[in-house]
Amino acid sequence: MAGRELMYREALREALFEEMGRDDSIFIIGEGIAERGGSYKVTEGLLAEYGPKRIRDTPISEAGMIGVGVGAAIAGARPIVEILYVDFAMLGMDMIVNQAAKFRLMTGGKGRVPFVMRTQGGTGGGVAAQHSQSLEALFYHIPGLRVVMPSTPADAKGLLKYALRQDDPVMFIEHKHLYMTKGEVPDGELIIEFGVADIKREGTDVTLIAWSNMIPRTLEAAKQLAGMGISAEVLDPRTLVPLDRDAILKSVAKTNRCVIVQEAVRRGGVASDISSIIQEEAFYNLDAPVQIVAGMNTPIPFNLKLEEESVPQKDDIIAAVQSVLHNKVA
Amino acid sequence: MAYNKKENAPSKELLEKLFTTAFRIRNFESEGIKLYRRGLIRGYFHPYLGQEGIASGACAALEDRDYIASTHRGHGHCIAQGATIEGMVAELLQKETGYCKGYGGSMHIADITKNNLGANGIVGASTPLGVGAAMANQVRGSDAVTVSFSTDGATNNGTFLESLNLAAIWDLNFILIVENNQYAVSTTLAEATRETELYKRGEAIGVESHRIDGNDPLLVYETVVDAVKKCRAGLGPILIEAVTFRHSGHHVNDPGKYMPEDKIKYYKDRDPVDRARDNLINMGKMSAKDVKAIEAEIEAEFEAAVKAAEAAGEVTVEEFREFVADY
Repeated sequence: MAGRELMYREALREALFEEMGRDDSIFIIGEGIAERGGSYKVTEGLLAEYGPKRIRDTPISEAGMIGVGVGAAIAGARPIVEILYVDFAMLGMDMIVNQAAKFRLMTGGKGRVPFVMRTQGGTGGGVAAQHSQSLEALFYHIPGLRVVMPSTPADAKGLLKYALRQDDPVMFIEHKHLYMTKGEVPDGELIIEFGVADIKREGTDVTLIAWSNMIPRTLEAAKQLAGMGISAEVLDPRTLVPLDRDAILKSVAKTNRCVIVQEAVRRGGVASDISSIIQEEAFYNLDAPVQIVAGMNTPIPFNLKLEEESVPQKDDIIAAVQSVLHNKVA
Repeated sequence: MAYNKKENAPSKELLEKLFTTAFRIRNFESEGIKLYRRGLIRGYFHPYLGQEGIASGACAALEDRDYIASTHRGHGHCIAQGATIEGMVAELLQKETGYCKGYGGSMHIADITKNNLGANGIVGASTPLGVGAAMANQVRGSDAVTVSFSTDGATNNGTFLESLNLAAIWDLNFILIVENNQYAVSTTLAEATRETELYKRGEAIGVESHRIDGNDPLLVYETVVDAVKKCRAGLGPILIEAVTFRHSGHHVNDPGKYMPEDKIKYYKDRDPVDRARDNLINMGKMSAKDVKAIEAEIEAEFEAAVKAAEAAGEVTVEEFREFVADY
């Protein structure tokens, strides 16, 4: 299929341009997103195209902004609230957890909340403890939310477009390291439904499950492993909720070994839950225990050497793969 | 800020509506408490007894296209916004015929077809949610107004300032009614804040703000009519502090011993339902007999709703599992 090479942030912008043109009920609020175009330039140009009614800067009021987005969604609009760092979403957790996630159930399914929170997380090279977190597990834990973590420009575009066409609250978590990365984005309409994993690299010896910024790192590891004679399959769930369990189980049934890579801290993470799903449903397909490569249980330190130590690196992934293959590789 | 009643005499039709709504709420709460004590209603039940004048007056000033957001003490708002007693009783009795099919209960009750964003178990949540509805309406070019009912307790929550400020900078058609019943559960307003005249908080961020007697349904109505007019003319948002008092504790199982007897008496002497009835008889010239007939009809409506709810089924476990399968 024909396509173009776009940066992750350009692909997101393209999704916003297309969807706002299609649906008048979409509007965006956030800090510095209008004239300035956002800290990561995702919303650049939208103000000129769609005007100040639909593209608005806000004061620094995360709880209020998220609440307003949720209320607007309940009242039939399709709001996007941009939260500069996922760390700042913590200020609005009541609105996410107690309001957005629960309204559909609390109304017996009569009310819906088509609300999208766009934000970004992860380590970014010295931005320290309050601007570096990977907090997807907090949202993953709350029934009623959708958790989306695209790793490529094409996925970012297709998933954001789908987010704006479905009716549940979406935590759309980008990664600060990915905005400038490039990738092929197919021409024409691109919609990626939630709950469909993507195999980023096919392989036969081991399944590597990763998402967001751990995908490029895991792909590098897979490339190096190939040079060592190990064929690694890299699976990106793309959405953690809903999770494509079938794709995971199918891949594990093929490779019989699995390593899960997450940037977030190890304790109480999504990787642990995926691991438990695999051991419950594919135990007899496994030739080795599932390994998790995750962040240390620590706030992210400012010091770059320590920051690097805090989150999984390529060599950690390779070591884990060697460990699950210990009885296979000479 | 003083607020003068309109010079034009209110119509009998309006006075009848104010009384009917206030009495319907009064009856729902009084009879609901009996069902609660019989064990038919479970969970929490926060009665609106004593505050009926606010919901009755405010919702009478709204059109069908307007929105409301409510609180944990939300039965009154739901009724005043046009919900049926049958759907509400069924909800409190956990039946599938209830407004939320028994998934929400007292604290989350909502007839969303009446543009009601629902009761809410989180104190303060109605303000940002209501501002959101106001924003949705502004974006789609509607002149609909959103009224958020809130509480004195909620004014010490951060979202009060954050969201009212957003409504102000965006000139939203938003009316915040702070029902000042002078208690956050058992904590008095004076313990919770140094400045107990809460409308001043609106003024501090450039929002037109009023303080009125919330136990006067007609005054509430007239104040909200004015606020709605101003909003539709682009002069919103507006804050209305409506001073009132509960007749009892925070919820059914709270005896409210911390509430001074003389203060309860003071407010019961200014009971909003009695005032609505007196207005209907004195200003509306309705006979006491006709008023009694209205009351009897409302009482019968509740009894029929209980019968219907008792006969209704509940959502099955299978239906529940299917409903949340994609969660």
